[in-house]
Amino acid sequence: MQIYLPIAEMSVNVFLLLGLGGAVGLLSGIFGVGGGFLMTPILIFIGVPAPVAVGTEANQIVASSVSGVLAHWSRGNVDFKMGFVLLLGGIAGSSFGVWLFSVLRDIGQVDFVIRLSYVIFLGIIGSLMFVESLRAMRRRRSAGAAQRKLHKHTWVHGLPFKMRFRKSKLYISALLPFGVGFLVGVLAAIMGVGGGFIMVPAMIYLLGMPTSVVVGTSLFQIIFVTANVTFLQATANQTVDVVLALLLLTGGVIGAQIGAKLSGKLRGEQLRILLAMMVLAVCGKLLTDLAVTPDDIYSLGLAH
Amino acid sequence: MAPRAAPRSARRWPLLGFALVALALALVGPGRASPLVADLSKHLVAITTGFAGTDVLLFGAVEDPGDVVVVVRGPMTRHVLHRKSRIAGIWVNTSTMTFESAPSFFAVASSRPLEEVANEIVRERNEMEVGHLIELPPAKASANVAAVWEEALIRNKAREGLYRIEPEKVSFSGPRLFRTDMFFPANVPTGSYQVNVYLLRDGDVVSAQTTPLVISKIGLEADIFLFAHEQSAWYGLIAIALALLAGWLAHIAFRRV
Repeated sequence: MQIYLPIAEMSVNVFLLLGLGGAVGLLSGIFGVGGGFLMTPILIFIGVPAPVAVGTEANQIVASSVSGVLAHWSRGNVDFKMGFVLLLGGIAGSSFGVWLFSVLRDIGQVDFVIRLSYVIFLGIIGSLMFVESLRAMRRRRSAGAAQRKLHKHTWVHGLPFKMRFRKSKLYISALLPFGVGFLVGVLAAIMGVGGGFIMVPAMIYLLGMPTSVVVGTSLFQIIFVTANVTFLQATANQTVDVVLALLLLTGGVIGAQIGAKLSGKLRGEQLRILLAMMVLAVCGKLLTDLAVTPDDIYSLGLAH
Repeated sequence: MAPRAAPRSARRWPLLGFALVALALALVGPGRASPLVADLSKHLVAITTGFAGTDVLLFGAVEDPGDVVVVVRGPMTRHVLHRKSRIAGIWVNTSTMTFESAPSFFAVASSRPLEEVANEIVRERNEMEVGHLIELPPAKASANVAAVWEEALIRNKAREGLYRIEPEKVSFSGPRLFRTDMFFPANVPTGSYQVNVYLLRDGDVVSAQTTPLVISKIGLEADIFLFAHEQSAWYGLIAIALALLAGWLAHIAFRRV
């Protein structure tokens, strides 16, 4: 059954979209990742214009983050003060990102920048995940795990505007979470991701937040940042396709529920290696698309 | 606003059609039957939810045998073309050309290959090839460079199925009746189209007829598209509200299970 997407201006099979939403939702349910970083490139592969893929994914992530954050909120795992500072950075970053997106679109480089950002970030994340899970598997065999130092004093703690974050048990400069939020906001606008895959490691390793509140707090920030991206992309670039977003999130919601149930029954490390390989495969495909000599070096751009 | 605009222009066509018929009659002269009559199976192609491209049948009759050429033209729009070069192993857009005016859609079908039907001059005078309609950017240096860009534009539009040349697609049943199926793909641009039908004999255009055709998004698709472009702030807010609602519903469902 074909459906015509009003903003993407193309005709796609409904079941393909539901299936993709379901498959990516399944993965995000199993691994607790957002899935935007997989969905946006896949949408680009099936022919959705890259700007529409990015704007629409931001919209879908609003939905998946809401259902996620409500679950964490009921367990008290959200540091609202930290979330608020992250959010200030995120709003600034995503507004800057959407502006940059419009500029890139006008000079005909937005496709390239989206693809290149994906190659870089998927490459880094995929390799890190791959190495990390290999190491984890080895560690399981030879028990004795290396302990991480709980608190290290670095240049980071010399920054001004110190603030106390009670829930995270931290006394750090507000510039840090603001900066992390800003960077993630830019990525959200340009790549159509929530940015959890950058923010969660940054919160743990850079800010030193306790792992228990990291996911809830990042989801809290992601809701508002992706909502901001959705609004700005819709007003500045008209690249949010609600029909596409609704189809994807319908599949995604169902997939995520099944995934969350499965995650308890499956072996972590092997799965993580699979996910890492998948991320690397998507990265590789995008990279070859950029590197292989195109059939035609001329291509149609957007006319205004 | 366009759903309202469409019927308004639809009201204008009978007038236009009437004027064209009157003009044709004046050209042909009184007392003679028209040498060429043609019409379309529909004058409105509606892009709806299930739209995946469509065929429009053009049929007609000629008084005396000849060659028939059918040219379908979409609205003239601005086109932007990029050229990639390799930088550090990666292909990047490095130069851009803007064509101020080129047909958004162009298809030509004929009863015999176009070159056999009419010579260059006749083809150009009647704008039977897409190249005749593309306005080249004046600023760019040499004619050669401009020609390469023009060729690239035509090639790219052809790849998207928006410029098509279909010789021998006009078929005759008997000496007088002809028909052709005009295909409009799913990505067809919207707007007012012009279907020109030419009757040629011995390389000269003996008669011509113009029929309008409208391609328009209709129903929910049109509403969403227009809403997104004209009330984009509300559209953005509604998109967010829908997502929030969906997320909340998912949470409720998840808790119950």
